[in-house]
Amino acid sequence: MSLYTRFPGGIHPHEGVNGKSATSVLPITETLPPSRVSIPMQQHIGAPAKPLVQKGDHVKMGMKIGEPAGFVSSAIHSSVSGTVVDVAPCVLASGLQADCVIIDNDFKDEWVELHPFENPEALDAAALSALARDMGLVGLGGATFPYSVKLMPPKVKIDTLIVNGAECEPYLSADHQLMLIKAKEIIEGTRRMQKAMGIEKVFIGIEKNKPDAIALMTKLCEDDPTFTVVALPVVYPQGGEKQLVYAITKRRVRTGGLPLEKGVLVVNVGSCYALYRAIYEGMPLIDRVVTVGGSVTKPANYLVRIGTPVQFLLDASQGLLPQARMMIYGGPMMGMAINRTDIPVTKGCSGITVLEKALMNSPETACIRCGRCVDVCPMYLCPSDIDKAMRKGWYDEAEKLGAMNCLECGACSWSCPAKRALTQSCRTCKKVIGDKQRAQRQQKAEAK
Amino acid sequence: MQKKLIVSPGPHLHNHAVSTQRIMLDVVIALLPTAAAAVWFFGGSALMLMIVAVISAIAAEYVYQKLTHQPVTVSDMSSVVTGLLLAFNLPANAPWWLAAVGSFLAIILIKQLFGGIGQNFMNPALAARAILMLSWTGLMAANVLPHAGQWVAPLAADAVSVATPLTHGAEGFTLWQLFSGDVPGMIGETSKLALLLGGVYLLIRKVIDWRIPVSFLGTVAIAYFIQTGTLYSVESGAHNVLYQLLSGGLIIGAFFMATDYVTSPITGIGKLIMGVGCGLFLFVIREFSSYPEGCSFAILFLNVLTPLIDRFTTKKPFGFEKPTAPAKEAKA
Repeated sequence: MSLYTRFPGGIHPHEGVNGKSATSVLPITETLPPSRVSIPMQQHIGAPAKPLVQKGDHVKMGMKIGEPAGFVSSAIHSSVSGTVVDVAPCVLASGLQADCVIIDNDFKDEWVELHPFENPEALDAAALSALARDMGLVGLGGATFPYSVKLMPPKVKIDTLIVNGAECEPYLSADHQLMLIKAKEIIEGTRRMQKAMGIEKVFIGIEKNKPDAIALMTKLCEDDPTFTVVALPVVYPQGGEKQLVYAITKRRVRTGGLPLEKGVLVVNVGSCYALYRAIYEGMPLIDRVVTVGGSVTKPANYLVRIGTPVQFLLDASQGLLPQARMMIYGGPMMGMAINRTDIPVTKGCSGITVLEKALMNSPETACIRCGRCVDVCPMYLCPSDIDKAMRKGWYDEAEKLGAMNCLECGACSWSCPAKRALTQSCRTCKKVIGDKQRAQRQQKAEAK
Repeated sequence: MQKKLIVSPGPHLHNHAVSTQRIMLDVVIALLPTAAAAVWFFGGSALMLMIVAVISAIAAEYVYQKLTHQPVTVSDMSSVVTGLLLAFNLPANAPWWLAAVGSFLAIILIKQLFGGIGQNFMNPALAARAILMLSWTGLMAANVLPHAGQWVAPLAADAVSVATPLTHGAEGFTLWQLFSGDVPGMIGETSKLALLLGGVYLLIRKVIDWRIPVSFLGTVAIAYFIQTGTLYSVESGAHNVLYQLLSGGLIIGAFFMATDYVTSPITGIGKLIMGVGCGLFLFVIREFSSYPEGCSFAILFLNVLTPLIDRFTTKKPFGFEKPTAPAKEAKA
């Protein structure tokens, strides 16, 4: 295998107070469960789940409260035991409202009966996929793609499984800490996927800034020749799916395509652990590790029940520091700035990052065509040109420039000396062009 | 929560180490050795030209933006760079008003009328130099002998007209004279030593990319090697590679003019094409035209071609594959 494990482009972002160096040494602590959780019915890409409970119902921990509706969808489970207060729309991190099941915790932590698999060795892809759908397993790296779809019996030959432990996003250490305490479980979950899908090689990709995790994983993989731990260079966005696939296998995922086409399956370490628990403990996905970092009094990595409000985590970290100016749901590069603290933690939330005043951006000036955005773009795009096309409303031109391939990593905006919001321009283009393409497809379908 | 929080689209981290102002400041820093060399070789008149050019460039930008009710962007320091580069393209005996006129032309005609910073289609300083050359050919003749270490030119020197290293039949300069800058010429283009110092600084600070200077100088070197077959020899006069590389405006052009972000291609391959193109045009103009020196025209020509080069060197997105035949898709 090539030792030169790099993808083209990328950046090395600087961090403010309590960045990765501070959070990466904090072991995972369990927070007390909150008195009330609001669990959104959509915590995954695809169709929202259909609520199975009503106001006044009593629910147990791990009880299915949302039924997957559609092929690309996933089940939702209760993270506490208690009484359903309401099924109503709540504001989520995106600023949009979506249906949530709001449950008052009775603090009894009564579990539903769990059914571990009796013979995990015999699991095949179809059974894994059904299990993932039932247990609400989605990609925990942030994209929240349902694993029921990812683990479908493959139509093409898959020869490589990549476990994504890169965690390139600044400030976040949730995956890092999980790898340290649940390494065996992660490897076991991965092995079940490997066997079920008939995959030959497994690579566990971890950035070099987590030497303890690399050492531990390497030690545990020693006696399995099909497993290789790859120490990746520390470059953002190393954890991007296409970037990771290229860095490890040198295969280029087709624009608009999935790694599957190239015989590669990419899974997140957190998802591997969730899969392990689903198989061996019969446990649905009801909690996850969340890093609270940046300008908070006590940064930490928490094991958080899904549906816990952000305010609860901030209280656990003893509040914001005086210089805090921005609260982000997720990491600082790809996360969303939020302005309220009643937003619930969902399956895709890997961190709450608080940034201080000194890190805020300055006003934008004219583009000087320096080309830094072109140099850092991992997708070989020309963000400055897409930005100019967007500002003129030339969306067709933006489409020709490949705007749809943007993965919104933010490297262009980060490196821009004129401080232009290049990533946001690409997002706008993707939205407008995507809407247009959908409308065209619909028209075509109607014409038929 | 008492304090107001900011909500904005991501990414929320930014590289605060780079800004337009910082880039321009770096260019000014890189030009300082050359400014010092200009004063050393050409004395007070060089200093006067630089001061006049910089002040008029800043003033032109400020007044234009005030009059047209635009936000004033003087603080980005780009006009300082333009003014300084323009002064470097003047001979030591040029009158002060020529520097002022040149700066006005560069800032208003070439830069602001086309939309200000980032919008000019030619390098402002070079375009202004070309206009001055064509309009005041006599005043722009670089025929002052350098007078190292003297504040004013010796009386006799003013009256004597001398030839620059590239004028035909005036090939009597040693390599050290050419390298250090002890030759007649525009005040900022003679000292290759100072220019290279600045160029290396810009490369280290990653303000400029290596591609344009390397391909530009490389092309000139190869072209002259093919033509003359000599790397350097005293007998060959100007007909060798080293003499040509160290003469005229080639070094300042390759490091400070052709690398101007706005008027050079944005992709790596485009930058190589720019450098090679500049080198070829420079060779053609120096060898086959009546002008002894062609650096500015070569760069200006490639400036105008830049949109075209950009158009043809756009990279395909990562993972781009030619779409398969539609017939195949229908079957599936």
